[in-house]
Amino acid sequence: MKKVLEVKDLNVFFDTYKAEVQAVRGVSFDLHEKETLAIVGESGSGKSVTSQSIMKLIPMPPGKFAGGSIKFNGEELIDKSERQMEDIRGKEISMIFQDPMTSLNPTMTVGKQIAESLIKHQNMSKAQARKRGLELLELVGIPNPEARIDQYPHEYSGGMRQRGMIAIALACNPKVLIADEPTTALDVTIQAQILDLMRDLQDKVNTSIILITHDLGVVANAAHRVAVMYGGKIIETGTVDEIFYNPTHPYTWGLLGSMPDLEGDSDEELQAIPGTPPDLADPPKGCPFAARCPYAMKVCENHMPDYFELSDTQKSACWLLDERSPKVEPPESAKVGGSKRDEQ
Amino acid sequence: MGRYLIQRFGSMVVSLFFIVTITFILMQLAPGGPFASEKKIPPEIEQQMNEKYGLNDPLHIQYFNYLKDVAQWDFGPSFKYTGQSVNDIINRSFEYSLLLGLESIFLALSIGVFLGVIAALRHNTSVDYTAMVIAVLGISVPNFILAAALQYFFAMKLGVLPVARFDSFLHTILPAVALATTPMAFIARLMRSSMLDVLNSDYIKTAKAKGLNERVVTYRHALRNAIMPVVSYLGPLVVAILTGSFVIEEIFDIPGLGAEFVNSVTNRDYTVIMGTTVFFSALLLVSILLVDLLYTLIDPRIKFGKEGGKS
Repeated sequence: MKKVLEVKDLNVFFDTYKAEVQAVRGVSFDLHEKETLAIVGESGSGKSVTSQSIMKLIPMPPGKFAGGSIKFNGEELIDKSERQMEDIRGKEISMIFQDPMTSLNPTMTVGKQIAESLIKHQNMSKAQARKRGLELLELVGIPNPEARIDQYPHEYSGGMRQRGMIAIALACNPKVLIADEPTTALDVTIQAQILDLMRDLQDKVNTSIILITHDLGVVANAAHRVAVMYGGKIIETGTVDEIFYNPTHPYTWGLLGSMPDLEGDSDEELQAIPGTPPDLADPPKGCPFAARCPYAMKVCENHMPDYFELSDTQKSACWLLDERSPKVEPPESAKVGGSKRDEQ
Repeated sequence: MGRYLIQRFGSMVVSLFFIVTITFILMQLAPGGPFASEKKIPPEIEQQMNEKYGLNDPLHIQYFNYLKDVAQWDFGPSFKYTGQSVNDIINRSFEYSLLLGLESIFLALSIGVFLGVIAALRHNTSVDYTAMVIAVLGISVPNFILAAALQYFFAMKLGVLPVARFDSFLHTILPAVALATTPMAFIARLMRSSMLDVLNSDYIKTAKAKGLNERVVTYRHALRNAIMPVVSYLGPLVVAILTGSFVIEEIFDIPGLGAEFVNSVTNRDYTVIMGTTVFFSALLLVSILLVDLLYTLIDPRIKFGKEGGKS
């Protein structure tokens, strides 16, 4: 499949009063056509910074690119001027944010907010943009669009606002949609609806999706491939099946172990990962997870491992995969029951 | 909406009633009277004058008579300017104050909002620091000192603007600037901090993610949301301009209402004190109502009354 987006060795740092925070350190991934890539990780792992770097929405300064490349359809985005980026944002690459309560302008009708990018990117007249806005509202499943289009965001419910956001993001049929925790602020039933909607629209408008989340349940439901981020690095990547059924990195084990399993043994306790993520103002020399890893060895503290290729699609950066390391079996808690496979 | 306006109007009448009552009592408590001066007036004449203006009646009669007149927007005759009613004085001098006030409010709003917005957009750069130094100076220098300084430089030294009086547009520039500076500085600081808040909000990120350029994001998305605190300040701003104008009108020798107000207090001109107070209060109440109506125009989330729905 064709690569839409190629991120190579991306480094994004922030200058703060205290020190330089190395939020993203050497992240590489590809995004193929019509594919959903989930980027998973806890708060502060660099997933949002990575995604906002693709749109070049990181305020610079204090942020800065410290090397690497982001290629969209073969074109380098890092070298593009602000003017050139304006033509890409909203047209080629769109974004949905986490909190639908705050990500719509409260003083502008939803219809106008949808129309804006249509008028900007597709040279539509106001009337045309309104007509397309009605279609989009219909498409994202907002009932009675004729009335809703002239309403303000506060007249929408949370789920409807996120649908409105999706309508804005998809207005110009973008090649890439970045969804930064699109369901985190919504309750579970609405979550499922929004994920269904995104999957449905992916087929209709042929969009590739980068789904940022910390919820593995969402990943299992919506993604084709997964990249697990920790401490500003991708530590393991693979297809959804590989990550769920053959995880190799202890951090991935920890993530899977901390996920509740409705159909599993109810006596099973949730496993938390002890400790806190590393301070990226002073990043560890070796593997960022070494300090919290129950299997950490001497080498982990001082040397970051290279990626071990486990298959064409799965890569993992862990010294345990080195042939000289002791053989370690993933813990029982990281084993995923059969229920999740059925959902795929 | 109609019901809301009627309610608001009712509460304005009640407020005015209390203002009239309290001013009346305070004025009676103050020593001295309108006819007290350094030269002793013969007691018979003073007696006659008191009789003429109804000052010999019992207090409650005076009070009720006054209330009756005020209800008909009649503030009675002036004690000092013989043959003139308070209404004449207000009608004659208010246009000067109104012109000066409007010019100052316009200056304060436009320059203040502009300074605040560019300071926020160029946050932590020399532009920001310069704007904020101007703002701090504007807040800390009292307007009568600024007025004197302006007169000295622009009228005396450079000779480009008239030093006082109020005959042409050129005459209005110095007093309007002197009056506008403090509120302008305050608005600039208010605008800067609320603009910084708004620029960090998620919907600004959404707007940028649509590919809109900085100018459109600022004017179409940020400004309308950020201007709310400034709108709230408009009510008190009207007061600041009006009370500030007492001093400025004296310095620039403008025959405005502010000057009349100050003079009436030293003259113990009871009816003029009462009349101007009531007039200013009514003006203030109306301007607060206008600000509240303006809110609903700017922010669709704010609705009239308790219905909460559409109105």
